[in-house]
Order: sequence, then C-alpha cells, then structure tokens
Amino acid sequence: MTSTTQDLSRRTFLQGSLGGLVLSVSASGAVQAAEAKRYGAATMPGGTVEDPLVFVSIAPDGTVTLVAHRAEMGTGIRTTLPMVLADELEARWEQVKVTQAEANEARYGNQNVDGSRSIRHFLMPMRRVGAAARQMLESAAAARWGVPLPEVKAIQHQVLHLPSGRRLGYGELAAGAARLPVPQGASLKLKSPADFKYIGKGNVRMVDLEAIGKGQARFGMDAHLPGMVYAVVARPPVVGGKLRSVRSDKALQVSGVLKVVQIPGFTGAPGFQPLGGVAVVAKNTWAAMQGRAALEIEWDDGPNGSYESVSYRKTLEAAARAPAKASRSEGDALAAWAQAPATAQLSAQYYVPHLAHASMEPPVATVRVDAELCEIWTSVQNPQAALAGVAAALGFKSEQVKVNVLLLGGGFGRKSKPDYVVEAAILAKAMPGTPVKLVWTRDDDIQHDYLHTVSVEHLEAVLRPDGLPQSWLHRTAAPSIGSLFAPGGKGQLEFETGMSALNMPFSIPHVRIEGAEVEAHARIGWFRSVSNIPHVFAAQSFVAELAHRAGKDPKQFALELLGPPRKISPAALSDHWNYSESPELYPIDTGRMRDVIEAATRGARWGRKLPKGHGLGLAFAYSFLSYTATVVEVAVDAKGEVRVVAVDMAIDCGPQVNPERIRAQMEGGAIMGLSLALSSEITFENGRVKQSNFHDYEVLRHAASPRIIRTHLVNDNHAVPPGGVGEPPVPPVAPALCNAIFAATGKRIRELPVRSVV
Amino acid sequence: MTRIQINGKAQSVSAPDETPLLWVLRDELGMTGTKFGCGMALCGACTIHLDGAPIRACVTPVSAVAGHAIATIESMEKDRVGQAVQQAWVELNVAQCGYCQAGQIMSAAALLKAAPKPSESQIDEAMSGNICRCGTYPRIRAAIKLASSRLAGVTK
Repeated sequence: MTSTTQDLSRRTFLQGSLGGLVLSVSASGAVQAAEAKRYGAATMPGGTVEDPLVFVSIAPDGTVTLVAHRAEMGTGIRTTLPMVLADELEARWEQVKVTQAEANEARYGNQNVDGSRSIRHFLMPMRRVGAAARQMLESAAAARWGVPLPEVKAIQHQVLHLPSGRRLGYGELAAGAARLPVPQGASLKLKSPADFKYIGKGNVRMVDLEAIGKGQARFGMDAHLPGMVYAVVARPPVVGGKLRSVRSDKALQVSGVLKVVQIPGFTGAPGFQPLGGVAVVAKNTWAAMQGRAALEIEWDDGPNGSYESVSYRKTLEAAARAPAKASRSEGDALAAWAQAPATAQLSAQYYVPHLAHASMEPPVATVRVDAELCEIWTSVQNPQAALAGVAAALGFKSEQVKVNVLLLGGGFGRKSKPDYVVEAAILAKAMPGTPVKLVWTRDDDIQHDYLHTVSVEHLEAVLRPDGLPQSWLHRTAAPSIGSLFAPGGKGQLEFETGMSALNMPFSIPHVRIEGAEVEAHARIGWFRSVSNIPHVFAAQSFVAELAHRAGKDPKQFALELLGPPRKISPAALSDHWNYSESPELYPIDTGRMRDVIEAATRGARWGRKLPKGHGLGLAFAYSFLSYTATVVEVAVDAKGEVRVVAVDMAIDCGPQVNPERIRAQMEGGAIMGLSLALSSEITFENGRVKQSNFHDYEVLRHAASPRIIRTHLVNDNHAVPPGGVGEPPVPPVAPALCNAIFAATGKRIRELPVRSVV
Repeated sequence: MTRIQINGKAQSVSAPDETPLLWVLRDELGMTGTKFGCGMALCGACTIHLDGAPIRACVTPVSAVAGHAIATIESMEKDRVGQAVQQAWVELNVAQCGYCQAGQIMSAAALLKAAPKPSESQIDEAMSGNICRCGTYPRIRAAIKLASSRLAGVTK
C-alpha cells in the first residue's frame, strides 16, 4: 500500500457497516479505534467543524466571504452550503462571495463529496455556523450601543436596535464580533424554517453560473501555469498488468516531446494507486499524445488477461442460481419455495453490465513539486484522499502537499478515486519545479475507469392466492467494491447489499437475501447510486412481474405490497448499515414511499387511456435515505424502436434545501438513468475494455432525450433529517422504463441496456 | 508559424500545421473556455465557430483555419445572438457541472444564427453532437427557445 488515509476513508464507511469497531482517521492519518454506533458525519474522516471563524469572514465594506469546503461537481453544493450559512447569518446574498477551500479536513471537516452526503452531513453544521456568526454580530452591536441583547436583531446585513431604529452594518461590526466567544449549544438560536430567506426558496443561482456560460469558469482541465508542461500516460490495458518492455526513441523524436517517465504499477489491491505505465511529457497535450502513440510497448497482462464479458456473465448466472450465504433470513424462503406448486412460483434473473462514469471532463491533474512543497490544482471529489495519496507516493509530510480544488466537470463517483492525481505527482517529481498537467484522454477514461460492477440478480417469489408474495428470495451476484481495497475480496459488503437488496421493506413472512461470492477482474468502483442500480432494476422489475401475474394494476399492487404507512427500523431488516445513519433518526417510512408513488403517478396521470404503442411504467426506491418514484411513458413503434415520451420524477428527501437544484438533479438523474438503460455498456475481451469513446460507449443525446421531465418534490419537512439528492434519482429510472415497455408491448426486458424490443 | 484570426484578433501560433486547433487554443494561447471532451468530434465540448458555422476544434488542424474567422466562447458576450443564448442559459439555470456548456452554447448560437426560429427537429439535429452527462438537455432545449423568442422580439 502506498497510502493509508485514502483507502481508509472509504473503509471507514465500510467497516462502520460491519459492526464492532468504527475506524476513524484524523487528518494526520492516525487511525483510532472507537466504540461503534457513531452515525452520520461522525463516521467520516474529519467529521464536522463548526467554527464561524473558519467559514465566515466579513470585510469592512460588508462583503461576506464564505468558505465552500466541498468540491463542486454539478449538484450546486458550492452554492447551497454557503447559501444555508448565509440564510442563518442574515446576509444579503448580493454581498456574499464564495471561496473554495483547499484540502484540509482538520480545518474544515470532511470534504469527501461522495455518497450524497453533503446536505445530509452539513445542513445543520452550516446552519449553526451561520447562526453563531449572526449572534456574534448582534452581541457586538448591543455592546457598541450599550443596550440589552434582546433589543437588537440582525436583518439582511445590518443589526437593528429595535427601540431606536439605529443600525450598524455587518462590515462595521465584524472586527468586534470576531473577538467574542462563539455561542454554542443551548445559547445558539437557529431560525424557524418559516423565517428562511434562501433555504427552500430556490431564489439563489449557482455562483458559477454566469462564468460557466462565458467560458470563464475554471475546471481542473483549465489549470494554466507559467512554464507548464503536459503529459499523457500509456497504461497497462489489463488491470494488474505490468510493463515488460518499452522503446521510447521514436516517441522522443516527436516534436515537442520532452521526456518519457515510467510509473510503477500498484501492489496489493488497486485502491487509489496508479495503474502504472509509461508517461510522455511534452510541451503541449497534442505532442504528448503523439509521443505516446509512438511508444513501442510490450505488456505482461497477468492473471486478469483472460477476463471476458460473455463467459463472465455465465459465471455470474451460475453463481446466482446456486445457494449462497444469507445475509438476511426470516421464516424459511427455501422451504416455502420447495413446497409451493409451480403455479405459485415466479422466478427471474436480471443482468446489468459494467458502466463507465464518462464525466465530460476526463480525469486531469496539474502538479508542481519543489524540494519542500508539492502544489496541486485538480478536480477531485475527495481532496484529502488526493493529498494523502500524493504525500505517500512522494514521501512528503501532509503539510508539504497543497491541493487547490477547481471545478469538476462531472464526477459521478469516478473522481473520488484520486489515482490520476498521484500519477501527476509522480511525473511532477521527475520534472522538479515545473508544473506538469496530466490529461486523461477519453479513451483513457473509458478503458481505465473504476467501473460500475456487473451483476446478475436472481429473484424468486411464492405467491399467495391474492397474488401477493408470501416468500421472497433475492440472490445477488456481482464483483464487490471490496476487491478494490482487499486483494481477493469476493463477497459483497453490507453497504452494497444494503442498497435495496438487504433492506427490502415489504411485509413478507419468508425472506431470504443472499450474496454470491465472485471474483473481480477489473477495478470495481462506485458509480452514481452504486448497487442500487442493479438491485432496484431487478426488484422493481420483479414487482411489476408479480403484479402482472396477479392480474393487478402495477401501482395498486405496489401500494398493497408496501402496506399501510409505518416506520421500519433498518435493523429489523438486518441492515445495520443504513448509509451510516442512525436507525432511529432514519427509519424506512413506507408512508413517505407511498407519497412519492402517488406524486409520480398523479403527475403522469396514471390510468389514463394511452395512444396505441404507448405504455406507462412505475418504479420506486429508497436510497441514500430518500424516497423516489419514477413513471416513464414510452412509445414503441412497429420496428421496436423505443421513444421516451415523458418522465415523472418524485422525491421525498426530507427538507428541501435548494429545491431548484433538487429539480436539476432529478432531471439529470432521469437522463443518466435512461442512458444506462438504453445505451451504455462496457465489455471486456482478453482482459481489455472493448469500448473507447462515445461512438461505442454511448450515452443519451439531445434527440433521444425525453422532451418532458416533470419533477415532483414531496413533503418539504425540516422535522425529519435530510436525505440525499445527487444519487437517489437514478435507481428507479431503468426499471420504470422497462415496466413501461412491458405495458406497451408485453415484452419483459431483463437485461440492460435495452437493445431491441421486437 | 501560422497566422490565424480568433475573436477578431490576429494571432501567430507556433504549433505544427497538423495540431488540432483545440490544443492551440488551450495550451498555446491559454484560452481554456473551449473544452476537451473526446478528441474525435463525438461530444461537442470543443465547439467553436468557423466563419459562423459550428465546427469541432479537436479534429480541426490549425493549418485549416488560416484565413478564416474563428469565434470561441470567449467572444459570445459581444455577439448579439451569443449574448441572448448566454442570458437564457442563466435565466433557466441550465448548467449543472457546466463543463459541456460552452460547447452547447456555441452550437445553440450557431443554430439560432442559421435558423432564428428552429423547429424541434432542427434543435435535435444541431444539438445532438453535444453530449451533456449531467443531463441538462430539457433545459437546453427550453433555453434555445427562450433565446429565440427574445431575439425575435428585439429585431421586430
């Protein structure tokens, strides 16, 4: 292992789910064992920091500068968290500036933008920071005037003395306020939600919006430093492959090429280490690309050289048919199945292939290494992991590494793995004092991604006379993300099965959830909504199949299956992970699930008479502590061409902090869900990814995009803790689409992507 | 040395003839508004205007643009249509991550110059070369229509 913190930061998340001990990692990298049963942000490296002096500064002219400590990858979080703070601060948004924090979790708290956690973990801390700063300004004004504190009130960038009408601006009060003690605990006075000016209003635009439209926003790809050189890397085409030989004389003859540098491959499990290979450093990106093409390389593929998607699918299918270890068992699903007549049995298998993230900005990092300092400009979801990985690779102390966080041109989980930053640092070390920009081409991105897993999901149900299941078995066979961190890791971890397999919430007497053990031959990573993708695709397709068998309307059947509104402890479903949140604070609330189903179906006017060839499909999911439902309307023509006519997306994420951006995430999630359902697939041959760019790794484009996406935000409620927003839109989309195709054509799709429905 | 005209300004560039214009813009001239996405004219992130028509800078050799007028996203603020498109993009909060949006805006501006009131299928045709992985397509379509109606109002 070349790093500790970076791998552990994800493992904390994993280990916390396994009961026993929770590992917590301080910014210095020291590992401490603590008693289990910490939840939420407390399970994350760096936890939370609630110091107004860290996040807020106020200039004499009243300009309020707020620190965005989480990276922006498209959700709007760089705006939304400062907006939350500004609301409690009673700041005028027009006088607020946002500045981006560098990597420093000891100073700012956790910075890993991943797992749909930013609002979940930082809504309340940012509210408290803003409220504390507001109260400090009020106290400073009361002291200045010599009046009792209850007589003053902060309103929109001024403190007002209520009896006299005197006013002092924040700029005049800032210096005095900064010297006061920070109010804490019971002395903190949070606003009532009724008094919010920005939270829940949708009246604050993204801070980068105008700059983006003018081409002035700075993404990781846009780092531009004097004297900078450029690099691309030829990586082993097979994961775990090694360099056998390289001849670089032709590459060095390419005009503009400066140097050829070897990068060592990883040892042990891949983690966030570079894949290894040969880098070409040049005066510009194009010359580096030309130089790379001129390298003469022989690779030793190693054991993953035989990885092949067609035969691997057979392996998964066999694993999904064979009994496996149960991670949840109630009643006796095996006996129920064995004793049931064939007429009461239903079983099905579903397949979801590997997926590549394909963010529009490929991975990129710019690094300058001097004797004592390494400075980085990059777009990463997890800046602290980048810092730790680079420090370990260079043998630097963490204080010697500075990570400047630029905008991410998309992330979707890919950019929480900073292998590319470590590569750039290794190259920069070979070019002391010179900034090196390492660019991944699109081919690099598609062929060397941390892929979404590939899975076969096997479901079995035994039906009662009324068509509802009395027995439910879900066996999932998919290589695990655990294999990224532990060599040979085979079984899915609880945080994977806990994404909509283990925590199936229906009231069914006999339940059995099993995970098969299969080997990984690629780097398995997390992709927006992770294992919810295959699990929800399978389970929600299967629910519609059950409804059909029962001869019932799919929506009516879904509501019967969910049963009356009630709160279910995840622990009662053998789910002791629950996205690392408390089962008491975050029970599964079937009433909220019913509400989103009602909202999506109402939006789509479920039950109306449809044109010929049209169909409506419903699916719903509980993921990242939020409730989502999707209705897709498709039109299938005589040739079997599927057109998505409209999509209704409903979410209950608890409090709706930035509803305008929630709608954007719902729209984007619909498109991404349709992309993976209709277009995208990564396959392997001879251990190599067969696809390389957008011609053969297809994603949805304008023409195929639905013209209508209606979003329904349900139950804005600050009395329940926040759920996630970034990932939850994705899981129900693919099954809703396939259920719609079934409604339109009678053809049941059990594998993605949907190729043909004739 | 190739002499090219970018955003109304003559520039001398030293890159070899076959170098794609994208890398001349980004690496040599430091004009980073034009984005790299695929290198094969498959995603549209690098869309610029050559004599007013949209082209992909990632596959256009710098030698091919000598003697032609190049416009990049950096010049759209001063372009009547470009400005209307940028304004509509802001009003409808189109962007998510924003990385592809310079290319989307360049394709949209070129479309509205050629077809001030584009049909749905003209929008499909003009825009389907521009990928947005965040999924902002419905808002882009709405923003094109908004810009179109604004421009029609101004010219009347």
